[in-house]
Amino acid sequence: MNNIINKIRGKAVPVAGNDIDTDRIMPARYLRCVTFEKIGQYTFQDERFDEKGKPKDHPFNDPVYQDARVLVVGKNFGCGSSREHAPQGILRWGIQAIIGESFAEIFAGNCTSIGLPVVTAGESATAKIMAYVRQNPGAEVEVDLEKKNVSYGDTTVNVDIKESSQKMFLEGTWDSAATLMSAKDKIAETANKIPYLNW
Amino acid sequence: MGKTLFDKVWDMHAVRELPSGQTQLFIGLHLLHEVTSPQAFQMLREKGLKCAYPHRTFATVDHIVPTECQDRPFADDLAEEMMQAIENNTKEFDVKFFNFATGQQGVIHVIAPELGLTQPGMTVACGDSHTATHGAFGAISFGVGTTQIRDILATQTMAFNRLKVRRIQVNGQLQKGVYAKDVILHIIRKLGVNGGLGFAYEFGGDVIDRMSMEERLTICNMAIEGGARVGYINPDKTTVEYLRNKPYAPKGKDFDKASEWWLSLASDQDAVYADEVSFDGSGIEPAVAWGINPAQTVGVSESLPQPEEAPEESKAILNEAYQYTSYEPGKPVTNIPVDVAFIGSCTNGRLSDLRDAAQVVKGRKKAKSVKAIVVPGSQQVLREAEKEGLHNIFMEAGFEWRKAGCSMCLAMNPDKLSGRQISASSSNRNFIGRQGSPVGRTMLMSAAMVAAAAIEGHVTDVRKFVD
Repeated sequence: MNNIINKIRGKAVPVAGNDIDTDRIMPARYLRCVTFEKIGQYTFQDERFDEKGKPKDHPFNDPVYQDARVLVVGKNFGCGSSREHAPQGILRWGIQAIIGESFAEIFAGNCTSIGLPVVTAGESATAKIMAYVRQNPGAEVEVDLEKKNVSYGDTTVNVDIKESSQKMFLEGTWDSAATLMSAKDKIAETANKIPYLNW
Repeated sequence: MGKTLFDKVWDMHAVRELPSGQTQLFIGLHLLHEVTSPQAFQMLREKGLKCAYPHRTFATVDHIVPTECQDRPFADDLAEEMMQAIENNTKEFDVKFFNFATGQQGVIHVIAPELGLTQPGMTVACGDSHTATHGAFGAISFGVGTTQIRDILATQTMAFNRLKVRRIQVNGQLQKGVYAKDVILHIIRKLGVNGGLGFAYEFGGDVIDRMSMEERLTICNMAIEGGARVGYINPDKTTVEYLRNKPYAPKGKDFDKASEWWLSLASDQDAVYADEVSFDGSGIEPAVAWGINPAQTVGVSESLPQPEEAPEESKAILNEAYQYTSYEPGKPVTNIPVDVAFIGSCTNGRLSDLRDAAQVVKGRKKAKSVKAIVVPGSQQVLREAEKEGLHNIFMEAGFEWRKAGCSMCLAMNPDKLSGRQISASSSNRNFIGRQGSPVGRTMLMSAAMVAAAAIEGHVTDVRKFVD
């Protein structure tokens, strides 16, 4: 199945800081759209450009990270609004995996459902990966979802991924629609037993 | 061993365990708005799918609507395009759409409760993180992304990991001038913006028990700001009485039967929680979330915190807050001037919020330097407020009286901050750039505190206006 995701290898881009919310990842004005197609270019827009449109110092603007596939972040990344526009933007910018200390729940769920794995490393491991990719801009990092580790330089560290997400990536079943639809009869059976649906 | 409400509702809606270990969960009430749904309908079209249970989905338009002139076409082409998309999508997929003409349009989390759509024991999902609001009824209610909206439209189910439950008790007696908003900001301040990761918050204790449904909605609304995707309150007499005679609630004998069932869903006395926390309500002051996340909150008599005295883990974000806001550590929060006052949103845009604010405003004038706007949470709130004459109280004080919508909470419509403006806002997020200016500043507080700030032109203690 071509939906299987087990390893992501590529240049890593570091975006430091904790509690980076989805308004910062994708400002609300870019939510005025009916498709996700063009949304990648607006990722971190207000962090990357000032009010006059002048580029700011942000890793997503740095030429050295332009074709990065792995994003390295801090704690509670993606908190706030449930907008899927945020992970869609990151994915469409070219990112294929995110490593961080922790992720907000709705954000992490959205990432899984669009095939963008998020893995968590401990505080010091995250800091080390972050330091490495900052000191070695353009260096490659590998995220192995099966072995649950991240390799960079000559170091390999263990990371965590929600068991259910890991399974879905390795089996290629993260696109949930087909799985959910296959239980049509069981869905109807459940609905029949829920009191308020039958009043 | 007893069960929590969460367990009871979850088990009832569980269709099956998925191979991934997640639960396929039936969604009893699916709510839609124009921002996060168009791509989901498009995905259905691309896969040739229909809406499986169209009568379990209800839609309205709130985020993008202008609150001054709502004539069509909207002045903003993108907003008009989104409006047309939800009109067409709901028509094509046979979903009930509360548009302007119904007189029931408004912020989705305001209209579903007032129409009686939200009821105890339901699972409620919406492509909006503030869906936690509906937990006030004893529903399990959470925000989802667009791909999950597609799943729910196609199957009325979604894949979800079971949450642990943390019981949060607030006991004691709230002081006059202290509102539900202050209670939830206090809780977030203490437990942090990510303290709720992996948890559903069950709010209880005698402060919560005494609260009206509208106050409870404010509490649950902000569970997500503490990192908890779900927040809920056990159904009781207040819940049942609120639902009586609501348009979509059961009627007559059915209502009695329903009430009995609703009350039976409350967590058992001997329910076991993953964690329990309690707070003394009498010690809570009117709160001001001055920084760049809702946990950066102080009581109105306090000064802004010194970064060097802050716990290690919050130092970096505190420094970031000072860098962004340019406020001075150690200065009283009441020194902060206010340029814009916003009363509204799914947190505090209900009738009782407008009453609380009007009580402060009555017979007074807003400060000249402040732009103050009041945005009712729904067309119904607007009608009821006007019936009571609240609009006149606000307008006589120099406030603008607007039409229903999300307005300045998130600036996807013409209402936004400009430049470095500072707002006192009754909404739920003070994130960097949240209110539309990438360098604008937001302070969260109760609707009454916002009204008081508008009058004095800076942050001030509302208790002196209500005693």
